[in-house]
Amino acid sequence: MSGLSDHPETRNITYRQALNEALAEELERDPNVFLMGEEVAEYNGAYKVSQGLLEKFGAKRIVDAPISEGGFAGLGIGAAMLGLRPVIEFMTFSFSLVAFDQVVNNAPNMMTMSGGQFTVPITFRGPNGPAHQLGATHSHSTESLFANFPGLKICTPATARDAKGLLKTAIRDDNPVLVLESELLYNVKSYVEPEDQELLIPLGSAEIRRDGGDVTILCYAQTVRMAVDAAKTLNAEGIRAEVVDLRSIKPLDMETILTSVAKTHRVVIAEQDRPFCGIGSELCYRIQKEIFDELDAPILRVAQEEVPMPYNEALEKAVLPSEQKIVDAVKKVCNA
Amino acid sequence: MDKIQNKDAEVKMLSDMLLIRRFEERASQQYQMQKIGGFCHLYIGQEAVVVGSVAGVRHDDYIITAYRDHGHALARGTTANACMAELFGKATGCSKGLGGSMHFFDRENAMLGGHAIVGGHVPLAAGFGFASRYKGEDRVTLCYFGDGAINQGAFHEALNLAALYNLPVIFVCENNYFAMGTSVTRSTGLKEIADRARGYDMGSCAVDGMDVRAVRDTFHDVAEKIRKEPQPWFVEARTYRYRGHSMSDPATYRTKEELEKYKESDPIVKFRAVLTQEGLLTQERFDELDEAAKQAAIESVKFAEDSPEPPVEELYNYTFVNEGAK
Repeated sequence: MSGLSDHPETRNITYRQALNEALAEELERDPNVFLMGEEVAEYNGAYKVSQGLLEKFGAKRIVDAPISEGGFAGLGIGAAMLGLRPVIEFMTFSFSLVAFDQVVNNAPNMMTMSGGQFTVPITFRGPNGPAHQLGATHSHSTESLFANFPGLKICTPATARDAKGLLKTAIRDDNPVLVLESELLYNVKSYVEPEDQELLIPLGSAEIRRDGGDVTILCYAQTVRMAVDAAKTLNAEGIRAEVVDLRSIKPLDMETILTSVAKTHRVVIAEQDRPFCGIGSELCYRIQKEIFDELDAPILRVAQEEVPMPYNEALEKAVLPSEQKIVDAVKKVCNA
Repeated sequence: MDKIQNKDAEVKMLSDMLLIRRFEERASQQYQMQKIGGFCHLYIGQEAVVVGSVAGVRHDDYIITAYRDHGHALARGTTANACMAELFGKATGCSKGLGGSMHFFDRENAMLGGHAIVGGHVPLAAGFGFASRYKGEDRVTLCYFGDGAINQGAFHEALNLAALYNLPVIFVCENNYFAMGTSVTRSTGLKEIADRARGYDMGSCAVDGMDVRAVRDTFHDVAEKIRKEPQPWFVEARTYRYRGHSMSDPATYRTKEELEKYKESDPIVKFRAVLTQEGLLTQERFDELDEAAKQAAIESVKFAEDSPEPPVEELYNYTFVNEGAK
């Protein structure tokens, strides 16, 4: 039921292929959709997400941009103000930081500043969060940075199915949406509906990856698999953890979160970003505000350590959340 | 008949400049009376740049500018009432009171905004040019910015993209010689600002921004050229602002003599003299035009004062399309 593993009888595709299908389907459906970014066309994508799209849709709609993130992010926003639906690929969201002004000032503010005359139906997408030994500048988890700006929607697919369904929804949304993918997930296969079935997953709907009654583990993107693995380990020790994949950071599906917490009374948040003002900070605040009396223990968070990312493999591992760290935190909140 | 139309168009340029001048004077007064909040950057002295350039292109061509944007909206046909109401933060303002002085927008008149991060709007203009080409339209985009923007990264990235993709955008540097209090000689090593375009293999020219006819003719020629053959172009319009950078700036970084020197070539005084000499304008007609501009400015204050505030209940209506609070 987790949606994470492949099923021999059904269609299993990689997260990368799922994103590719989403792009191809939306490019096919709406002539106003175009893809722009570094290496998206002739190179077929730095991570091959746009493989074959240039050949299929041509250079007008699959557009290579120079290394100029602020420039092409802004170009996309301008085009979106005039009714096009750009999909802007950041080779990684670590590079979106040089386009920060465009993403946080121009995209989400335009509707307010213009008194509703201009909207920005744009999708920014690309891998986000640490990959493997990429060092300090290439390992940023940007979700909590962007989450601080009203007017941006943010989703964080953890499975191939969600990658496809959320990206398609993002492209059709009339607002700026960030689709924060994960390099570590691009090669992971899981079940996705056949191509002839339209797959749209609404923003703001969490998914329960595993049922349980003793503790709720809130997770998203890279930490979903860790949380499900932790739940399996804990199950062997008699602790039944419910794993809730947020799937989107903004809007947040508080109903699913609160329902789970009201059932289990204990919470561990497994997040891929840094702890200070991280996604978990907001979740803790909202849970205690809404259902303080339901909590039987303080909420614990498993996040990155508060240091710039070191290159060394063992040190990087020490910084990142892991299955073991989640298991330990769960045991602590369960007094086990 | 051509001559009559021509005369009307010439006189309209004069009346548009007068409207901007009188509107800005009134805005200055209202700011000092604390009826207007935030920052307020006046366009007085620079009127010929926007009036001439807008007159030289089609009304459906897109324009976008920086934060000194009152003149751009007025030149495009946004009413003085809607502009003053925006300064007052009223619901009847051109951005419903949500944008303020630095964020005038008018979709109907293809005015795609005043934008307040220096250089940050220049990539948007590349996006308008990209959209024009994508849709197969023959509209061009005029992107205005000051001399302070030409050292900003976003500006350079946008010019490179526009050149790379052959986008029909005219980048208009309104060189008023000061980026806030820093003179242009202290902010760039370039002797000629238009030379910025050379680095992108982009055509460029400079025009006397105090001469409304010269501006109009330059923009007409450039716009028609790039309409037929999509490509970006760079125009430096040399002008001067009479007031400080913003209302709070006493402009002590320049001499009185320098200001007076520029005032001698005031775009309104100069153009009035030209039209009079050519027999296109009488003293009476000028007085009428000036009086009409003054009245429009006075009326705009009354309109703004009498207009309703944006309702607090609608606070969340402009964050996401078709959705309320989230």
